[in-house]
Amino acid sequence: MDVRVDRDRCLGAGMCALTAPGVFDQDQDQGLVVLLDPHPPEDRHAAVRLAAGVCPASAVTVAEHGRPTTA
Amino acid sequence: MQHEPTHAAPVTLPTGRAAGCPFDPPAGLAQLREERPLARMTYPDGHVGWLATGHAAVRFVLGDPRFSSRYELMHYPFPGGPEGPLPPAPVGDMTGMDAPEHTRLRRLLMGRFTVRRMRQLTDWVREITAEHLDALERRGPGTDLVEAYARPIPALVICELLGVPYADRGRFQDHAHTLMSMEAAPEDRHAAMNGLLEYMAELVAAKRAAPCDDLLGDLARESDLTDEELVGLGGFLLAAGLDTTANMIAHGTFALLSNPAQAEALRDDPELAPQAVEELMRYLTVAHTSVRTALEDVEVGGQVVRAGESVTVSLEAANRDPERFPDPDVLDLHRRATGHLGFGHGIHQCLGQQLARVELAVALPALLTRFPALRLDTPADEVPLRTGMNIYGVHRLPVTWDED
Repeated sequence: MDVRVDRDRCLGAGMCALTAPGVFDQDQDQGLVVLLDPHPPEDRHAAVRLAAGVCPASAVTVAEHGRPTTA
Repeated sequence: MQHEPTHAAPVTLPTGRAAGCPFDPPAGLAQLREERPLARMTYPDGHVGWLATGHAAVRFVLGDPRFSSRYELMHYPFPGGPEGPLPPAPVGDMTGMDAPEHTRLRRLLMGRFTVRRMRQLTDWVREITAEHLDALERRGPGTDLVEAYARPIPALVICELLGVPYADRGRFQDHAHTLMSMEAAPEDRHAAMNGLLEYMAELVAAKRAAPCDDLLGDLARESDLTDEELVGLGGFLLAAGLDTTANMIAHGTFALLSNPAQAEALRDDPELAPQAVEELMRYLTVAHTSVRTALEDVEVGGQVVRAGESVTVSLEAANRDPERFPDPDVLDLHRRATGHLGFGHGIHQCLGQQLARVELAVALPALLTRFPALRLDTPADEVPLRTGMNIYGVHRLPVTWDED
């Protein structure tokens, strides 16, 4: 799994950091998404997919088996 | 998802809630969602636009920048609203702006409301909550929970964060309340807005003169906001923080007392609180309705919304969509409600949502734990409901318990 984040789209809602902590965080000055782990272990995949799905700004992208999927 | 036959007659927005169902969306929304999750809707001003009730349609409209939030483009969906087009959003009212104006303000603020920063407030929120539980106990059985608990806790929190003296609340609480009413006459809304801005202008002048270490103080010192923007934004943030969480605490308590097994589950397992908050946000959806207007022709689920047409999005109907949440009309604190639209979706998704989560996850279980025998002090069907308000909930919630 390859995870990407787009800090230009990010609106700091914090849904990713809430849903998949350890993979995502927010920087403490601006609240923008910080990607802690672009290749999360398999036991985090479900949480990461959920985080991508609930990002209100579609700023989280997950690619699996070379096939990109967006929220 | 079924598609609407083109000849189906436009509907009007259902607003009346069925008697005895204080937690359910207005009757009529469920059937509409099943038959026509995106339906043509006739607005009170005669405009023929749309009503989105399905989770997928609502989420799509809120997440797509081709739909504008600007007030001056929208048609008002509730009866008794303003005649003719609405004025543009007042300066600082972020809900009525699009990018890039909205982005500029949001980016100034969002670092202040991160998950981590809000969680750091947990102990402080616990202290405030404990003080109000003590006060509730002193007042004794029969007390109105809204006035004694649900309103003051979020009000104290937002005032402290913004740097608004809580002691001044007599100067802004009623104004904020009027602004939340869908039924308030335009002149009353205008007066309330002026009153709120007048108060905020004095406060901002004081912050400019002697900046202090709170959100408005920091913005006064560090941002490029004009006085007018800072005043408008301060009024907006204050109003947004006062009524929303307060109604979730009161209505959430009402829902838990009406579902004793769920209340017991939350009381018995403090770890359940974060999940319980998500489910209550889904189930109650006190911020129930929003409107967007298409800036160009947009295809939504096989139908085309034309440029200039308004779409009323029913967040409360979307959060009861069985295609997204099985058994949606059941309050089940153990369900995974993540993905609900109780805080909205898209660029306008609630800025203060992580604060609300902390407040609710503290205030609801603490109340149930301190008063294990808490119950309504009035028949459930006599609890006055906030129909006709932008934020749904209860006006009063008289509660009682057994004294030791």
